[in-house]
Amino acid sequence: MKLPPLEYACPTSLSEAVALLAAGGGEARALAGGQSLMPMLAFRVVAPALLVDLRKLPELREIEISADGVRLGAMVRWRDIEDDERLTAAHPLLKAAVAHVAHYQIRNRGTVGGSIAHADPAAEMPGIAVTCDAEIAATGAAGQRTIRAADFFLSALTTALKHDEIITEIRLPAWPAKRRWGFREFARRRGDFAMAAAALFYDQDAAGKAINAHVGMIGVGDRPCRLPEVEALLNGRTIDEATIERAAEITSATVDAQEDIHASAAYRRSLAGTMVERALRSAAA
Amino acid sequence: MSKKYHVTTTVNGDGYEYLCEAQQTLLDVLRDELQLAGTKEGCATGDCGACTVMVDGTMVCACLVLAVETDGAKVDTIEGMAQGDKLHPLQQKFLELNGSQCGICTPGILIAARALLARNPDPTETEIRYWLAGNLCRCTGYDKIIRSVQAAAKEMRGA
Ligand SMILES: Cc1cc2nc3c(=O)[nH]c(=O)nc-3n(C[C@H](O)[C@H](O)[C@H](O)COP(=O)(O)OP(=O)(O)OC[C@H]3O[C@@H](n4cnc5c(N)ncnc54)[C@H](O)[C@@H]3O)c2cc1C
Ligand code: FES
Ligand code: FES
Repeated sequence: MKLPPLEYACPTSLSEAVALLAAGGGEARALAGGQSLMPMLAFRVVAPALLVDLRKLPELREIEISADGVRLGAMVRWRDIEDDERLTAAHPLLKAAVAHVAHYQIRNRGTVGGSIAHADPAAEMPGIAVTCDAEIAATGAAGQRTIRAADFFLSALTTALKHDEIITEIRLPAWPAKRRWGFREFARRRGDFAMAAAALFYDQDAAGKAINAHVGMIGVGDRPCRLPEVEALLNGRTIDEATIERAAEITSATVDAQEDIHASAAYRRSLAGTMVERALRSAAA
Repeated sequence: MSKKYHVTTTVNGDGYEYLCEAQQTLLDVLRDELQLAGTKEGCATGDCGACTVMVDGTMVCACLVLAVETDGAKVDTIEGMAQGDKLHPLQQKFLELNGSQCGICTPGILIAARALLARNPDPTETEIRYWLAGNLCRCTGYDKIIRSVQAAAKEMRGA
C-alpha cells in the first residue's frame, strides 16, 4: 500500500506548529507517533495536504509528577509510561491500563496525545482520562485552553478539538496512596483493542465504606464513559461479594453498547458486567 | 512534481543521503530506493510486524514511519545482522530449528528477537511470546520460532 501524496513540515516551536495547522485550514494535521494516522492514510480514511510533525517539540515529552497529580506531555509514548518506575505509585491505574495498549513496535511510537486526539472508543488512554476526570490542555491560534475529559470525547474518532489546536498535555489529578483500584480488559489477543474494559477506583472512609467511586467503561459504546448508576451503588457501601455482583448486573443493564464486526451489543453488555465484576474484585482484594 | 525532502541517515552503519517524497514510508525507501529489500511488507498498517526495523535503537514498524521522520536517525535492518558470511546466532538457530518456512515474517522476527535479547538475555517463553506478539507468522505455528529464540539466547549467554 502507498500513502496519498502529501507535504511535511517539522517545526521547532509550538507556535510555529499551530500557525502551520491554522494556515492549513483543516487540510493540515498533526503527526505524533503516526501509529493511527499512517494506517488511516494507507486506507485513505483521511488525505490531508500537510502533516505537521511534533517530534521536535521536546516540551511535549515530559512526565511531571507533583502533589497536584501526573502531567503527561502529549508526546509521551506508551513505552515511556511503561519504563517510568515512579508511575507505579503515582498512578497505578494509568500504568495498568497502558500495559494493554498494542504490541511493542507500536508502543515504541504511539503517544498519549495522539491517542486522545484520535479518540478510538476502544483505546485505553481516553478511557483513563474520562475515568480519572483528567484535563486536556490544548493550544491553538486563539490561545490556550483546558478541556475536561468528560467534555472532550464527542463520539467515535470525534473530539472537541479544533483543527488548529494541538494537545500539549494531559493532567491526571493526584492519586492517594490508599486508593483502591482495578483494571480489567478483554481482547482476543493481548495488545489488541479492547472488546470491553473496566477502569475503576474508589477511596474508603474511616469505616471502610467506599467513597468517591469512579467506574469507567472502554470499548463498549461510541466513546469512553462513566457509569453513574454503578458509582451510586458503590458509594457508601462495603465492597463485598453481593455488592460486586449487583454492580455487574447494573453495568450490563445500563451501559450503552455498540454492535460491530467484533461483537454484538448483547455480548458487549454482558462482557462489560464481567469486566466490572473482575475489576472490583481485584480492587477489593 | 511533488516536493522532495532531503534525508541524511545511517543504515546498518553506512551513511546515506537521499531525496524522498513526504508520503514515502521508511519501508518504501528501504525497499524501493536503497535496494534493501530484506525488510518485508505484509500489511502496511502495523498489524503484521514483517517490516520491523530499528530506528535509533528501538524497534518500530517501518510501514508506520515516514522516511522524512528518520532524518538524522540511525536505522538498522536485517541486512546488517550477519557479519559477512557469519550468521548471527538467531539466524543460525532459525535455520537449524526450522524457525523460518516461507520466510516473509523472518526478517521482522529476527530484528524483534534481537531487540528482546539485548534487553533481556534470558527471557521466559511467555516473555518471548508477548514480545513477538506484533509479529505474525502464517507458516510455523510459532512454536519453532520460540524454540529458535530460546536456543539462540542460550548460546549467546554462553550456556
Ligand atoms: C497494530 C496496532 C495496534 C494498536 N493497538 C492499540 C490498542 O490496543 N490500544 C490503543 O489505545 N491504541 C492502539 N493502537 C493505536 C496506537 O496506540 C496509536 O499510537 C494511538 O492511538 C495514536 O497515537 P499516535 O501518537 O500514533 O498518533 P498519530 O497516529 O500520529 O495521530 C493520530 C491522530 O491524532 C492527531 N494528533 C496526534 N497528536 C496530536 C496532538 N498532540 N494534538 C492534536 N492532535 C494530535 C493526528 O493529527 C491524528 O489525527 C494500535 C495501533 C496499531 C497500528
Ligand atoms: S507491513 Fe508493517 S506491520 Fe505489516
Ligand atoms: S515463515 Fe511464512 S509467515 Fe512465518
